[in-house]
Amino acid sequence: MEPHLLEIVDLHTHFVTERGEIPAVDGVDLSIRKGEIVGVVGESGCGKSVTSLSVMRLLPQPPGKYAGGSIRFKGEELIHAREKRMKQIRGNEISMIFQEPMTSLNPLLTVGEQIMETLRVHLPIGKKEAAARAVDMLRKVGIARAESIVRSYPHQLSGGMRQRVMIAIALCCEPELLIADEPTTALDVTIQAQILDLMKKLNRETGTAIMMITHDLGVVAEICERVVVMYAGKVVEEGAVKDIFANPRHPYTQGLIRSIPSMNEERSRLYSIPGQVPKPGAISQGCRFAPRCEYAMDICRAQLPELIAGANAAHRSRCWLNTTQEVAN
Amino acid sequence: MSQPAIRLAVPPQAEVSSPWRDAWRSFRRNRMAMIGLGIIIFFILVALMAPLLAPYNYKEQNLVDRLQAPSGEHWFGTDDLGRDIFSRIIYGTRISLWVGVSSVLGSIASGTLLGIVAGYYGRWIDALISRLFDILLAFPGILLAIGIVAALGPSLQNALIAIAIVNVPVFGRLVRARVLSLREEEYITAARSLGMRNSRILLQHILPNCLGPIIVQGTLGIATAIIEAAALGFLGLGAQPPDPEWGKMLSDSRQFIQKAPWTVVFPGLSIMLTVLGFNLMGDGLRDVLDPRMKQ
Repeated sequence: MEPHLLEIVDLHTHFVTERGEIPAVDGVDLSIRKGEIVGVVGESGCGKSVTSLSVMRLLPQPPGKYAGGSIRFKGEELIHAREKRMKQIRGNEISMIFQEPMTSLNPLLTVGEQIMETLRVHLPIGKKEAAARAVDMLRKVGIARAESIVRSYPHQLSGGMRQRVMIAIALCCEPELLIADEPTTALDVTIQAQILDLMKKLNRETGTAIMMITHDLGVVAEICERVVVMYAGKVVEEGAVKDIFANPRHPYTQGLIRSIPSMNEERSRLYSIPGQVPKPGAISQGCRFAPRCEYAMDICRAQLPELIAGANAAHRSRCWLNTTQEVAN
Repeated sequence: MSQPAIRLAVPPQAEVSSPWRDAWRSFRRNRMAMIGLGIIIFFILVALMAPLLAPYNYKEQNLVDRLQAPSGEHWFGTDDLGRDIFSRIIYGTRISLWVGVSSVLGSIASGTLLGIVAGYYGRWIDALISRLFDILLAFPGILLAIGIVAALGPSLQNALIAIAIVNVPVFGRLVRARVLSLREEEYITAARSLGMRNSRILLQHILPNCLGPIIVQGTLGIATAIIEAAALGFLGLGAQPPDPEWGKMLSDSRQFIQKAPWTVVFPGLSIMLTVLGFNLMGDGLRDVLDPRMKQ
């Protein structure tokens, strides 16, 4: 098996507030291999975005605080890396794209200027070469008439185009990992599919691994190979996408899958998981999902289950149901 | 795969448009703002061509022709020393524009620097700079200016420095607030996620996006600065005789206000007109440049 590109072990990221420290990410383990597309799924506030910002070390400190664990990128520890080293890594080895293509481009610079700027921050190239590469990059992300688009300003482009430009900027230095934080949430459905296709294509062509952060299992099914399901700052289930869709083992994952609207079934009301995501730090004992879980047992409220594998070593879940089943088997 | 969408998104004429050009285009449609701009250009031309326009030397005294009413010979009349008021007002334009523009440029330079540092780095630096602004703003502007001039000694240059200092917190606070909100913008996070240094982010991404409000406030600030300069001149703390500063002309003539009203009316009108010009233009610029006005 290939070595891990990114390896997050027992990451704890806290927010320091007046009411004390709140664990937004509470012991997350997550790893991504070279060239892999991994989905990170969960509701708002489950810690998926904080995890990604932690990898980039972009969380403002304070209020953010890395309270423990390790983030290793190609074997290099990022949590204690110097800021100078992080600046070399950002954009060059790990890149990021954001949810809002409308606001993640500088309104006063042309699209080309923004690509060229990133290129020239990381690579020892002149203006002319950067300009040529910017046009190439725009073509690569499927923008026709790249020579003229390169001179346009963000407000002249549609949302889908801007997200393509964002992708072009993020990938122009050929990073090994792309963190995509809900890249399609703000887009129309048809454009969503185009952007996902584009990311899949670029992943195949360049071998850039993608960490796809989303709350949309449809997106996961579309492009990911593996998925990590997060709930209240913890990983509750992880495994290959097909295993998880075919055989979800954690009640939360089951609930998420049941909440996907389906054309085939005749259901008058769409299923939704009862209750709400607990506030970070509100539950300190037992399984975080227990208050909303229809199978909750006494042990769930008393003790936190471990993330363990069943018969399939790559499919792990954090639920007492599965451990007791294993014992019973 | 998405070519039709792309053609729709960028109409051919859009290629020449930049955010600044768009702003100019909508500015041009604002009639009051264009009137303001017209007034300003008029005064700038007057200032530049003063030696050609002025019929007399502004210093030249002619005691025989004291306090003459406006006539074909002296369009705006003469003052108590027999000097031609029209010529003095023309040369006074140079003083007022110079004081207004240069003091505001001084305030912008220092206010922007302090505001950016305070807003971007935050913490104790922000606390220190913000308290400094609070202290400066605790005094009524003109009183503080009088105090500074009193300390430095009365002269036009010191009046200019005093006005610049008084207006530093106006720009400082403006820029600081703008930087605080820009810092949360996604494209700033995006720039950081691309590995850019703080200095680059400040100069390339934050400063240009502060320029709109700075230009608006700067234009309005020139009007205030001209009034403050006139006030200091009126109090004898600004321009010294025989410089034809408008405020100074007002105070020199105030005892003749009934006997020879033209000695007061014309300098007063000049002050009013320039200030009006800058205010109209500033309001127009605010409509097109201030992000809060854009919906």
